[in-house]
Amino acid sequence: MPFSLLKYGLNKDYPFEQHADLPKPTELKPHYDVVIIGGGGHGVATAYYLAKYHGITNVAILEKSYLGGGNTARNTAVIRSNYLTSEGVKFYSESVKLFKELSNEFDFNIMYSQRGQLTLAHTDAAVRGFRQRAEVNKHFGGKTELIDPQQIRELVPTLNMNPADMPVLAGLWHMDGATARHDAVAWGYAKGATQRGVELHQLTEVTDVIVEQGKVTGVKTNRGNVSCGCVVQAVAGHSSLLAAKAGFKMPITTFPLQAMVTQPVKPFLDPLVSSPSLHCYVQQTGRGELVFGGGSDPYPLYSTRSTMDLKESLLANAVELFPFMANMRLMRQWAGLTDMTSDYSPIMGLSPVDNYYLDAGWGTWGFKSTPICGKSMAELVASGGKVPELIKPFSMDRFNSFRQVNEMGATAASH
Amino acid sequence: MKMMNCPLNGLRNISEFVHGGEVKEMPDPNSCSDDAWAEYVFYTENGISVVTEWWLHAPSGYWFIAERHTGSDEILKTYDPSVLFNKRVEFSAPVTEGMA
Ligand SMILES: Cc1cc2nc3c(=O)[nH]c(=O)nc-3n(C[C@H](O)[C@H](O)[C@H](O)COP(=O)(O)OP(=O)(O)OC[C@H]3O[C@@H](n4cnc5c(N)ncnc54)[C@H](O)[C@@H]3O)c2cc1C
Repeated sequence: MPFSLLKYGLNKDYPFEQHADLPKPTELKPHYDVVIIGGGGHGVATAYYLAKYHGITNVAILEKSYLGGGNTARNTAVIRSNYLTSEGVKFYSESVKLFKELSNEFDFNIMYSQRGQLTLAHTDAAVRGFRQRAEVNKHFGGKTELIDPQQIRELVPTLNMNPADMPVLAGLWHMDGATARHDAVAWGYAKGATQRGVELHQLTEVTDVIVEQGKVTGVKTNRGNVSCGCVVQAVAGHSSLLAAKAGFKMPITTFPLQAMVTQPVKPFLDPLVSSPSLHCYVQQTGRGELVFGGGSDPYPLYSTRSTMDLKESLLANAVELFPFMANMRLMRQWAGLTDMTSDYSPIMGLSPVDNYYLDAGWGTWGFKSTPICGKSMAELVASGGKVPELIKPFSMDRFNSFRQVNEMGATAASH
Repeated sequence: MKMMNCPLNGLRNISEFVHGGEVKEMPDPNSCSDDAWAEYVFYTENGISVVTEWWLHAPSGYWFIAERHTGSDEILKTYDPSVLFNKRVEFSAPVTEGMA
């Protein structure tokens, strides 16, 4: 019996162990040039690129819980760039490129595994939509094509071609589709950032934002106040709550998103398979477990409980795709709080408060964008608020000028 | 399964209902600014509190109002919209010159 476990069991403090590669916790300094709220993948990536490319290291990442414990640890790790709009495809393709190099860059294996993503069309309308996505993708250098049922059978011989009496008519085959170990991505960025002098403060919650004459000047935390030159808010499902502290509303609604994983079995499924019509996607991890995900919960909520309803509907459809999975056992289930926008695109850039930058609206699709979002946010901060071209279409005020970037078709139930 | 009390049909499974968003006051679309309209259409409080929301009982096509806590998911009250909306609204299009 490990005594340390017994000790933690009897301890009323949070059993939080310092990750070996990270420096020991320090006191908060009274001032930082940049405060990043949220120690998820996006927050630590922004800090990493600030330190690496812009030499800005007087930076604090304030995380109310532990590093990467939010949606970064809860996502199903799908990485892809087969979106619909040219703005979206350009942005996500950059991320896929960065992801491919991350293990080398960190000198730490993020287990990037490119095995292609297959999305199934069960209606003529879906086939037309896929044709458009394939062309937009190819135009921006992606490897995506429309394939027929015979090719689908060859790629995934175990797939039921007539699930729920909705025959598979065609597939969108996205060869760049991949997965990576999400925790490792957060750890890699955090290690790289802290080695360059950035401070990561876990168990440090931002309780208020100090705004003077329309400009952010500091934040209040459970460990005291700090003043700062600027703030990057990267808190996913909590975006509206933080924005309210800074004094503005966002076009965001918070919905739980659930996922689950089975016991491990022999490898049989190489590509990631998703069916928007059946609202589910299935993939097998390197360890052999099957990961299931689907659409968000049907109504907004700030709670990470799992529900029986969602499990029933999601698994019923997953079993339609792979009937022999009916006897498998679930090992784990969980949920995360996702920050949904009405056009299914993110919000990056300026806010109504000066020097207060937004990295939000990542909903169910923001893991794949971690590298490029961090890089772009770092550029935005380092330039003192000059919005990089790549993220200009994603400003929050696109909603005020009615210029949404509609990714609904390409995002729902595929993430 | 979670249940909801429909003011018209009584206790029903939550899966029979569709969420319709916060109850907000609609600005006059003919005279309000683009910002005010965008605020009405896209921006939400999205806080952790009791919210007043539109809900639809899909099988009977009946819209009503519910008060629900967005942290605990507790449904505190459901009632007919006539409780809040008891005045007739005239939807008249602005008169455009030269329209036949
Ligand atoms: C079940 C599920 C499946 C998903 N699948 C995919 C997928 O396959 N592919 C994909 O690309 N995306 C997916 N996503 C979405 C993706 O996980 C997120 O968009 C992404 O992780 C967001 O990263 P982040 O760093 O912005 O947020 P997070 O990792 O959530 O980090 C935000 C951090 O902010 C902290 N915080 C909040 N409030 C405060 C405060 N007041 N003070 C200090 N800290 C605070 C939180 O504790 C949290 O750690 C999925 C999400 C879920 C829930």
